[in-house]
Amino acid sequence: MLIALLVMSVLALILGAVLGFSALKFHVEGNPLVDKIDAILPQTQCGQCSFPGCKPYATAIAAGEADINRCPPGGEEGIRKLAELLNLEFKPFGEDTAATKPKSVAVIDEYTCIGCTLCIQACPVDAISGAAKQMHTIIESECTGCELCIAPCPVDCIIMVPIQENITTWKFRYPSASNPSAANNMAKLS
Amino acid sequence: MFSPFITHAGSVREIMFKVLLALTPGIAIYAWYFGPAILISITLASLTALATEAVMLKLRQRPVLPFLRDNSALLTAWLLALSIPPLAPWWLVVVGTMFAISISKHLYGGLGSNPFNPAMVGYAVLIISFPSHMTSWIAPQGMGQLELGFIDQLQYIFAGLLPNGVSLDAVSMATPLDNLKTHLHSGHAMAEIVKEPIYSYLGGRGSEMVALAYVAGGAYLLANRIITWHLPVTFLLALFATAGLFHLADASHYAPPLFHLFSGAAMLGAFFILTDPVTSPTTIRGKFIFAAGAGFLTYVIRVFGGFPDGIAFATLLMNICVPLIDAYTQPKVFGKKGNK
Amino acid sequence: MRKLYHFNGGVHPPTHKEQSTQSPIVQAGLPSRLVVPLHQHAGNCAKPAVKVGDRVLKGQLFGMPEGSVSSAVHSPTSGTVTAIDMQVVAHPSGLPDLCITLTPDGLDEWIPRVKTDYLTTTPEELRKLLKLAGVVGLGGAVFPSDLKLRPGKKKVKTLVLNGAECEPFITCDDMLMRERADEIVQGAEMLRHMLDADEVLIGIEDNKPEAIAAMQLAVSASSYRKLEVVAVPTIYPGGGAKQLIRVLTGIEVAAGMRSTDLGVQCFNVATAYSAHRAIAHGEPLISRIITVAGNVQHAQNFEALIGTPVHELVALAGTKTGTTAYIMGGPMMGVQLPSDKVTVTKATNCIIASSPALFPPPPPELPCIRCTRCVEVCPAELQPQDLYWFSKSRNFGKAQEFNLFDCIECGACSYVCPSNIPLVQYYRFAKSEIWANEREKDSADIARERHEFHLLRIEREKQEKAEKLALKEKAARAAKEAATKSQAEGSNSDTTTIEALRAQVREIARPETEVPKE
Repeated sequence: MLIALLVMSVLALILGAVLGFSALKFHVEGNPLVDKIDAILPQTQCGQCSFPGCKPYATAIAAGEADINRCPPGGEEGIRKLAELLNLEFKPFGEDTAATKPKSVAVIDEYTCIGCTLCIQACPVDAISGAAKQMHTIIESECTGCELCIAPCPVDCIIMVPIQENITTWKFRYPSASNPSAANNMAKLS
Repeated sequence: MFSPFITHAGSVREIMFKVLLALTPGIAIYAWYFGPAILISITLASLTALATEAVMLKLRQRPVLPFLRDNSALLTAWLLALSIPPLAPWWLVVVGTMFAISISKHLYGGLGSNPFNPAMVGYAVLIISFPSHMTSWIAPQGMGQLELGFIDQLQYIFAGLLPNGVSLDAVSMATPLDNLKTHLHSGHAMAEIVKEPIYSYLGGRGSEMVALAYVAGGAYLLANRIITWHLPVTFLLALFATAGLFHLADASHYAPPLFHLFSGAAMLGAFFILTDPVTSPTTIRGKFIFAAGAGFLTYVIRVFGGFPDGIAFATLLMNICVPLIDAYTQPKVFGKKGNK
Repeated sequence: MRKLYHFNGGVHPPTHKEQSTQSPIVQAGLPSRLVVPLHQHAGNCAKPAVKVGDRVLKGQLFGMPEGSVSSAVHSPTSGTVTAIDMQVVAHPSGLPDLCITLTPDGLDEWIPRVKTDYLTTTPEELRKLLKLAGVVGLGGAVFPSDLKLRPGKKKVKTLVLNGAECEPFITCDDMLMRERADEIVQGAEMLRHMLDADEVLIGIEDNKPEAIAAMQLAVSASSYRKLEVVAVPTIYPGGGAKQLIRVLTGIEVAAGMRSTDLGVQCFNVATAYSAHRAIAHGEPLISRIITVAGNVQHAQNFEALIGTPVHELVALAGTKTGTTAYIMGGPMMGVQLPSDKVTVTKATNCIIASSPALFPPPPPELPCIRCTRCVEVCPAELQPQDLYWFSKSRNFGKAQEFNLFDCIECGACSYVCPSNIPLVQYYRFAKSEIWANEREKDSADIARERHEFHLLRIEREKQEKAEKLALKEKAARAAKEAATKSQAEGSNSDTTTIEALRAQVREIARPETEVPKE
């Protein structure tokens, strides 16, 4: 009886020491989960998730305070990736979330723009250049398509333009089971 | 349309057809030695397989004709029919084939997706569920007390009727493998047992000839590059080596290795069952491991297990390991082999 | 006899090369209109160097190389630039790209051509010359040649000249070697000189005895002693650069690796020819040899100007009824052109008029039965059936783990597949999805960084505001104190100090940006 007790206590001590040691040895700084979630989010900073940016949403997901299906720009693919990372079930978009749109960029109609700088203040990634009373321009390559600049514009001169596929961004499609018939291609030829 | 725009003539249908063709010499010798009953069960199994395949494809909403024409269901049917006793009642063949096609093939996703060899699953189900029916084998020509004609065999298979005054024991007998095991268990020595008339030069009388015909069929498949040498050669070597070691250690209790090679379904397994591409590994090293494991297990099950033959269970056990074997035997690719 | 190595697998498709080697190379001449894409090479699109309405000379610069991985594009003849716009180009997507349209004036008037002596010029200057002459790999990959001539980590021992030409139907390199062996050999010697290679091995498949003989004659007639013509076995894809390097030297160049780092480099014979034209004659790359074959009256090779419309080129070989599409390249790796109005580029080695009789549509696709015929023929020693499985199920991470990017898309696996699975199509799909994902990830990273900077900037501005506010309060307090002080002193005449202080307060408290309101 005594021996058994002793053995168990010694074991408990050793294992406890190992656990304690590894907790120190393998300690990770910060909250890597938030960063991992943030890495999956599309960084549009659009706020459609009701959080003021991707990082706050990531923090909320990590804390278990937000669902994983609140990011329309990430699409279902994004939900799938989040579900995989967090070991959750895939969850379709809710009724209240905005629909996923094709990736777009904002364009300013430069003849209508009055140079009020309101959009410059709204842009979360500083992708709009211009100064007071001067026409503004959106740097297309930096625009995330968040649409946050549209509402503040007093003259409604910003429109969203879907990004067109070009030769460098063109993707091979998923092979279809049936072979497209040659006749199909003939139509294009003539 | 995308490249390549040309393809090499060749199809799944053709591959399966050549395998069926390679089985025919074995079947012919089988029928010669054991009577035409085998032809009846093959026909029965084929019809059942095609019907089950068609129904399953319909249920799964797949195109019926292209898949029915691929000959894979026929191959499963033939292999299963060749594994069960020819005098088995008709429903045994039908139940086994239906199970093989519907459960072990289509419920797993059909052609190409089944993890287990369907014919061997069918066999395993039958031998577990109906052991007595699965062990009464027909006696080879000139060996039984009585021989049944074609009509008699038909009557027995479909109606369970034997001619007046004839018992099942009179026309059937245990297979050489089974016979050997029973005698060894009752304390007889090897040398004494093999003097019995059912044993011949290599294995059992008649069945050794069938095994040789399977070898010929296998050679045809090798020559046509339908199968590669890796699986059959490794399997036979492993079986031979394991049997050889035991035989060397105690010749009076363990049959010689050649006997094991030419008994039971060893040759059928080596050239036609293990080589099923769907359920065997895809890497070369994986093939060696898979076949060696199957050879070793076959011997262990035959000699120490409770079943008359070990091929089916050895195959199924190794089938389970295939994904693991493949994952661990991935070869290095071009340029990444650490050359200078 | 030189020791040859071999690579795994390969297939033997019917070659169909006899038809187009019956007659010599024909000059295709001037088409009615030339459309020259500015992006004909791997890397960045060239920047337009001419304007609409400009009269240009033959060989004049059309597009300036943009960045280090890029190449120049030139005017194929003299004439007037009539458009610089987006036009459908020879690409499987059928999407438009930036092109310069030239209406020829029929004079074919050259720019002044400057000849360069390669022996007295530094390799660096020669590389620059090749870049400005628009010399790119003419085997199909159109990689800028100057980049392949940069010195690697290791001294280049062997320069491989690729004359294998393993794809069915294509005979442009074969005919070039038969007719212009001398210039190829001179170009090869120039490339060897630039790389300072110890030897040049010219690999030609043994189904081209005439080309082998012509090249051997040219080598022995030259004064170069480091060149050797080597006949290699005919097998597809033995003309792949990696495969030919393996066969001739035993070296395996892995994906993503620079071959110069392993002491070997490889150029196509036509590239060597173009390098010679550029250096010794001052002629930029404005034409190339193109095989026109398939469903045509007389399959043959043409020397065509870059920018010649495909339908005009095919008409020279005689069109035939039944043609349903045109393929650029060979039947194993070629692409179906979106239209016959597109024009030939530096990558166009062959145009095949395709018909259902020539290339019958494949039978319906069946499931993979894991027969591993694809493994047996894969020259990259991959497991195509696994890659197919992962690509099909969109498991891209696993596909990459199984070396998807080592696949050279040679099509041998699809060629032998008994289930008629378009395997390469699945790999292309997976590759472009992975690339797209990477692009998206890159832009997300940039957006994150910019957003973080944005937040930082707002924070900083807030802080600055707060500081100013604090300053203002301080000033206000000081003013108050001064006021009470002066009141206490009993002197109410001194209002000037108060006014001065008030002005000071206004100055500090003024908002830094004025937001005009409508």
